[in-house]
Amino acid sequence: MSGYAVLKGTAYTLAAAQDMVLYNGTTQTTERIVNPGSEYLTALPKHLRSFEEIVSYIPNQVYIGNASPDVLEGLALPWHDKRLPNSDELGTKGKFGEIISQDMFIGLMAISDAFDLVKLERSFAEQVREKLAKHELIGEEKSAPIAKNQESIEIITELVEKEHAEAIYFNGALVGAVKRAHDVDINLSAHVMLENLATKASSVFSLLCLLRSTGIDPGDVDYVIDCCEEACGDMNQRGGGNFAKAAAEIAGLHNATGSDVRGFCAAPAHAILSAASLVKAGTFKNVVVTAGGCTAKLGMNGRDHVKKGLPILEDVISGFSVLISENDGVSPVIRNDITGRHTVGTGSSPQAVISSLVTNALESKGLKITDIDKYSPEMQNPDITKPAGAGDVPESNYKMIAALAVKKGEIERTEIADFVKKHGMQGWAPTQGHIPSGVPYLGFAKDDIMAGKINKAMIIGKGSLFLGRMTNLFDGVSFVLEANSGETEGAKASDFDEKKVKGLIANAMKQLADSIMKE
Amino acid sequence: MALLKGKKAIIIGDRDGIPGQAIQECAESAGAQVIYASTECFV
Repeated sequence: MSGYAVLKGTAYTLAAAQDMVLYNGTTQTTERIVNPGSEYLTALPKHLRSFEEIVSYIPNQVYIGNASPDVLEGLALPWHDKRLPNSDELGTKGKFGEIISQDMFIGLMAISDAFDLVKLERSFAEQVREKLAKHELIGEEKSAPIAKNQESIEIITELVEKEHAEAIYFNGALVGAVKRAHDVDINLSAHVMLENLATKASSVFSLLCLLRSTGIDPGDVDYVIDCCEEACGDMNQRGGGNFAKAAAEIAGLHNATGSDVRGFCAAPAHAILSAASLVKAGTFKNVVVTAGGCTAKLGMNGRDHVKKGLPILEDVISGFSVLISENDGVSPVIRNDITGRHTVGTGSSPQAVISSLVTNALESKGLKITDIDKYSPEMQNPDITKPAGAGDVPESNYKMIAALAVKKGEIERTEIADFVKKHGMQGWAPTQGHIPSGVPYLGFAKDDIMAGKINKAMIIGKGSLFLGRMTNLFDGVSFVLEANSGETEGAKASDFDEKKVKGLIANAMKQLADSIMKE
Repeated sequence: MALLKGKKAIIIGDRDGIPGQAIQECAESAGAQVIYASTECFV
């Protein structure tokens, strides 16, 4: 037994993907099929942001850890036209991760491609290779495979027009393509391969950032769990996996194996619970939970953003990675014995969902709702969701938690607004499904707990299973992150020092023998 | 109640609001014939 597992480190990354909004986001690809000459598609390119605008966007700076979620408190919407006072000093790197440009991300997709499916035009490939070679996390060796891309633009065009390849654009120009991996199998089509390579590449980048931020030796990672929302496999095993091991290979985690955990947006919370349990059970010492982002959701609410004269705000492919390790007596512990779960019998009303995930979990340990300092449910950025009519998702969650606290007599009805402010936060995560689901706060939670600002945080993952048309059920799990007491089961075990006891017994035996000899 | 009686209904619920199934129950109890009901996610 090794005590609770601890949250050792986190990484959060963003990749600009403005052209992918136009060509890979499903809102746009669907529109192109059903209404090809629409006003929306015509107007859309003018609403795309520059890389600099993406970098200086306040929620993105919070995501990579350059600014605390506190900067969003009281900041009036819209946020897209606001900058932090020190915006000029803040760059692409934050304490948790990094934002990379679209061309570098395309290069990362090429690096992540094990089957020679990504074909880049030769001059573009060389420019990207040079940029990545200079990047401290990629370097010459990892970027070298990009040099094999010697295709002319004519060949790329032919691949797209005659060979069913999926085009890759940068700044409006064709720069490459992803080939299909099979002539007939739709699960290996160019569309699926591009989507999966984008997910893999963003997971790889997050893993590299995690290695940098935690300083862990890549060889010390035992197991990787991927929790994105994509499926890789062929026609005989659609969704066979294993994104985790595929990304671990590129990130250089040579001693790791892994597996994929799926559960729509709830998957990260499921994966972290699994990882914490594997570590607590002593099965593995260091487990990484990782996920890349999603091309399909780019520009998902774009119609409303364009209609309201806003920029397209869903223009980044996100990623995150979390390192969960044996109890070090310092890092926050993952209390996998304080877990909420939405069961088959729970029901789908918001009250039933939050009761199952919050109150049931806390009551099992005699805790009150107010004992949790910060709740991290679905941290979607309201700057994106509110103009699209989807409301303020974190706020809805906080209001429901507060309402349950009123119902239980823990707070007065008049204190709901204060509860939301004290125990909640504004959302800052991109609407990439699993990405906002509880986990964006882990990095800040770790820092705040270790700084003594808070003692307990609850991470809540929720998932819309009904989207897969296999069940009408909703889903979710939650867990509590808590300050480390400094007492590990390992430390308790060391109180019983076997060597010392053996020494004492040997001494006693010797004294006994001496006394017998004297007699 | 008369508003939905004998009407055909297509229902789109919201995962952050009221689920499609709950709306379906209400609509049917008010006499509507539900042609299609689902819950969607926009985030």
